[in-house]
Amino acid sequence: MIAFVLRRFAQAVIVMLAVALVAFVMFRFMGDPITNLLGQDATVADRQAMMERLGLDRPMPVQYFDFISRAVQGDFGISYRMARPVSEVILERLPATLELAAVSGLMALLLGVSFGVYTALRRDGWLSHVIMTVSLIGVSLPTFLIGILLIWVFAVELGWLPSFGRGETIQIGWWRTGFLTESGLKSLILPAITLGLFQMTLIMRLVRSEMLEVLRTDYIRFARARGLSSRAINFGHALKNTLVPVITITGLQLGAIIAFAIITETVFQWPGVGLLFINAIKFVDVPVMSAYLLLIALIFVTINLIVDLLYYAVDPRLRVERPKAADTT
Amino acid sequence: MEARLLSPLGVALGFAVAFAATFEADARTLRWAAAGDSLTLDPHAQNEGPTHTMSHQIYEPLLQRDMEGQIIPALATEWAPLEDDPEVWEFNLREGVTFHDGTPFTADDVVFSLNRAMEESSGMKTLLASVAEVSKVDDHTVHVRTDGPNPLLPNNLTNLFMMSEAWAHEHGVEMPQDFAAGEENYAVRNTNGTGAFRLVSREPDSRTVLEINPDYWGHGEFPMEISELIFTPIQSASTRVAALLSGEVDLILDVPVQDLDRVSEAAGLDVRTAPQNRTIFFGMNVGDDELEHSDVRGENPFADVRVREALNIALDREAIQQVVMRGQSAPTGVIVPPFVNGWTEDLDAYPEADLERARELMVEAGYGDGFTVTLHCPNDRYINDEGICQAAAGMFGRIGVRVDLEAQVKERHFPLIENLQTDFYLLGWGVPTYDSEYVFNFLYHTQTDRYGGWNATRYSNPDMDEKIQSLSSMVDIDARDALIADIWEEAKNEVIYLPIHHQVLNWGMKSEIEFDVQPEDQPHFKFLQYTATN
Repeated sequence: MIAFVLRRFAQAVIVMLAVALVAFVMFRFMGDPITNLLGQDATVADRQAMMERLGLDRPMPVQYFDFISRAVQGDFGISYRMARPVSEVILERLPATLELAAVSGLMALLLGVSFGVYTALRRDGWLSHVIMTVSLIGVSLPTFLIGILLIWVFAVELGWLPSFGRGETIQIGWWRTGFLTESGLKSLILPAITLGLFQMTLIMRLVRSEMLEVLRTDYIRFARARGLSSRAINFGHALKNTLVPVITITGLQLGAIIAFAIITETVFQWPGVGLLFINAIKFVDVPVMSAYLLLIALIFVTINLIVDLLYYAVDPRLRVERPKAADTT
Repeated sequence: MEARLLSPLGVALGFAVAFAATFEADARTLRWAAAGDSLTLDPHAQNEGPTHTMSHQIYEPLLQRDMEGQIIPALATEWAPLEDDPEVWEFNLREGVTFHDGTPFTADDVVFSLNRAMEESSGMKTLLASVAEVSKVDDHTVHVRTDGPNPLLPNNLTNLFMMSEAWAHEHGVEMPQDFAAGEENYAVRNTNGTGAFRLVSREPDSRTVLEINPDYWGHGEFPMEISELIFTPIQSASTRVAALLSGEVDLILDVPVQDLDRVSEAAGLDVRTAPQNRTIFFGMNVGDDELEHSDVRGENPFADVRVREALNIALDREAIQQVVMRGQSAPTGVIVPPFVNGWTEDLDAYPEADLERARELMVEAGYGDGFTVTLHCPNDRYINDEGICQAAAGMFGRIGVRVDLEAQVKERHFPLIENLQTDFYLLGWGVPTYDSEYVFNFLYHTQTDRYGGWNATRYSNPDMDEKIQSLSSMVDIDARDALIADIWEEAKNEVIYLPIHHQVLNWGMKSEIEFDVQPEDQPHFKFLQYTATN
């Protein structure tokens, strides 16, 4: 067990270092932060001086190792754009993204599972066809378009919901939440739908196909033969057995929701880390960009690690395989 | 809502100044949005438009530009060079002004602030490069000594904000944020200015709330009809327009050209328009022996003025205005916008597109069969920048100049210009000093450490350089203007740049708001008025 965890952990560290390296190499092609920092009035000498002050004239490997050694200590430097410590800025923005991701994830899960079950059980019902068709649209339209359409309908035409921002927020410790005010909750609806629609469709289709698969198996037939109520069969047996892959996928999708919140946050001016990242790119704010990419990598790596550990707990074959193999040969 | 009912009374003009302040206290809230947020509240850290716009509400410079772009007194009431010593400018400061924390504004604060803006970590230091010394004469008089006479010093001071020396010492913000230092400066998120509004709260990229400063010296002098000012940056242009249409904000900057009709046709909304302080043009590598990105070897076609002139008259500026800009631009023949000293109608006149003559010139220059060249273009910096390049590429193609268009984000585009890695490029230029010298310094002077920072044309004319350098210390304004005209004439004859147009600014707002569009895209909300009909 410990060896397994350690191995996984070592792999995670390597992944993180690789992400940092890729991010670093990529930033060389992102452009030059100096122009943004100095503006058009700067002379050639000013630009050179700024390069040296920020250490951008050093060779890339030196910059990389400097970055890693400081990042390990939690120091990501000062944002070029906002003139504030990067870790502080990210911590300040994270609640907005996490709240949005949590609501969209929850929505995707609840609606996805219910629609999935419904469409599996009533395969030929007209409502199932409607749900399947709409979900197809949801999956094929790009996120920003869905966002703009929702804004157009619900904010401009109907005037029910706000088109941008988080509304009123309340500060609890370092966490700034929008859950506790009416405008905060209202502001969550459109971005959460925009962000969660794709995931919802994915979960729905997964549940539906798994459900159809399970419903064909022998034990369901036997359960039917035993005369169990269809409620007990559908939810007690069939759904339970479809949920294992669904939980795995949902876990991984939660990472994706956080990472892909970028577009939704830009469309709705949602002040989370995704918007921070987009603005950082526009300004070539290298410290923020690298910290953000590492954060996302960390989220994915952590989720993967947990999923792996869950497998380990759930699947007995994983636990015994290695030592057994050594014994028998 | 109560405020809305009261406001018609509030607008009644006859009230005595003494009552005005109390009455305005229950005036109105204005919610506005623009694409970019202020980067920092430290007024000297960044020389950047949206940052200055926010600073202007809270802090004040000695003198400022009003909504038409004219210089008006702010914290200084009078300014002039000393008669016996043109190297010294004397500023008389406004009396009875206090900072938001109640400390009085004096000459010490001016000396401190200007010195702070000249620190190594300041983003504003280039604007004060000519300043040698700032000294206090008495509590309300300051002398600024320059290296040689600088008749244009006031033009450089319109975005240089005054901070309280005592406050800066108290919070350890004697210097602007140093990005290499690794720690945050108190002034980045806290303010203490003399301006018409005080900071209430700020969440970067989300919301900045300001309230009226009841002790502001300008009550009675400016309309001051807004009691609360809520700013939200909304980056996505369509969301910004949607927020205006749905009534969630009252005023937005930078309405995208494709949405202009939608906003102006909406009930209760108007689009206001004005020429912007920014001109868009092409630059060519005229100085190198050979172009890097061309099929011509051994010689540089752009070095021949006939080729440049051919391109100049092949460019159909009116077509670009109609098709690419949907009428929202002012075609031009010079690379300075109209309010800048040195601009004339003659300079602004642009040649008719004349393909026949252009082809003749190409033949005369020995390029009858044309040549290929790469045109570098940004795609996220200026209004429809990539579209301009595509249209122009087609126009140049008609005289045999086959253009390879390379459009990319501004962070990739601008380094090409700064590092002289392009032979043909699109650039836009604004003139914050409102004087041609600024354009000459950056775009025409031979590139050196101090001059020609954005002159990627490799144009080098020692005679012109000498004239440009002499401009900075000429005290006789008439002689100076004559020299500017002289330089422009030579520059225009040489066709170093191909001017395209001046950009036009669009602000969308509720019809009840009376507010001019400021040529630098900087709303100064103390000038905003509501019509009495509401």
